[in-house]
Amino acid sequence: MSYKPNSISRMWWWKIITIAMLLYTFTMGFLGPVPAMPIINESIRNLYFHVTMWMGMLVLMLVNAIYSIKYLSSPKIYFDIVAEETARMAMVFATAGLITGMVWANYTWGAPWVNDPQLNGTAASMLIYAAYFILRNAIPDETKRAKLGSIYSIFAFVMMFVFIMVIPKMNDSLHPGKGGNPGFNKYDLDSNMRMVFYPAVIGWTLLGTWIMSIRVRTKLIENKISA
Amino acid sequence: MEVIIIRRTFAVMNPTGQIIHLIKLEARLEWKNRQAITSLIVYSLASIYISYLAFRQSLDPTTWNALFWIIMLFAATNAIAKSFLQESKGLQLFYYTTLHPQSVILAKTIYNILLLGFLGALNFIIYSLLFECPMVNVGQYLVGLFLGAIGLSSTLTFISGLVSRANNNVALIAILGFPLLFPLLLMILKYSSNAMNGISWVVNQQLFYILIALNAMIVMLSYLLFPYLWRE
Repeated sequence: MSYKPNSISRMWWWKIITIAMLLYTFTMGFLGPVPAMPIINESIRNLYFHVTMWMGMLVLMLVNAIYSIKYLSSPKIYFDIVAEETARMAMVFATAGLITGMVWANYTWGAPWVNDPQLNGTAASMLIYAAYFILRNAIPDETKRAKLGSIYSIFAFVMMFVFIMVIPKMNDSLHPGKGGNPGFNKYDLDSNMRMVFYPAVIGWTLLGTWIMSIRVRTKLIENKISA
Repeated sequence: MEVIIIRRTFAVMNPTGQIIHLIKLEARLEWKNRQAITSLIVYSLASIYISYLAFRQSLDPTTWNALFWIIMLFAATNAIAKSFLQESKGLQLFYYTTLHPQSVILAKTIYNILLLGFLGALNFIIYSLLFECPMVNVGQYLVGLFLGAIGLSSTLTFISGLVSRANNNVALIAILGFPLLFPLLLMILKYSSNAMNGISWVVNQQLFYILIALNAMIVMLSYLLFPYLWRE
């Protein structure tokens, strides 16, 4: 294994940034000023959690696809471990994003689940990644598992990209910015909200990376012990 | 003896020749062992008849369309599941040593498209005989049927190849394949319900092009990824 304990995952500075960003997100998210709007009211604060976790998930899924491609081009088990753990973390964010979204939808759209292209995309991508783990668990051999898992996850990522990014754009959706609904930036994502929104995206993504890197390191140690 | 001749003819061929030859071979094998295709037809007929017994009434267009595509989905899963699982170790080794991986996946995909096109047409005829068909634009619907057959068979052929390398568990094909088929099925349902309701081609054109792009993307992905499956 040509893997050196990665310097970045051991550095402390970005972990401080993670904590700072998330503390800032929670304080400003719950206490900061938000535009007063009908129907959405104070629930607009969920933007800092629901949307940002969703973006963190997309980043992790992208990393998962990149590491799957890396594994196929040079089969090192380290790439596969990273791919698996990013997918796991993406599932955690997807679940969290789904729950916050359902809470939000319940108060603004009147029901926790509506037939909306974006929600269908969520359901599909969660099923796809569940299938990814089922596939992985079905194969006892390590290198075979890594290879088939990578192949499936590349295929899945492209299809999921179509589903989450392309199809909702052309269908009517209850989500802002689609199907004639005005986008958030049009009226309310004012500079105040942006100041919380972007740090929140960075914070959640870094938190995911942090947890993922700890799990990867644990796995590597386990591999070393069992080898 | 015959194997050696086939092997020699394969080895000197260019990929296109290999594909055409493989499709012919598949068709011949299918014809030789007619039990497989018969069981597929009976499976579809039985599932259509079960739906007929369950509903016992004429359906509104949305239900008609949805039910038809669900039947198609299961028929496709059943038809394509065997495309790699059926082969013996010996035949796989033979393919492996003589053929380009790309020819194998393309040949299988094309063969399955033809198979599913046939099965879809048959399903469509029987289904519209049993359930009164509130169809406005049949031609457009049939184009959608063929596009759906392309998408279903190319995705499921690839997944079948993947599963044949994993553990040959047929249930895994449905688990891995269905979520990947969501975008395709969503588009095809929309397109075909537009066709049923007689919405003008100008509106449906966009969906038509998207479906073609989606199918091309699936085929391209399996073309690119299949060699990695092949090398073991």
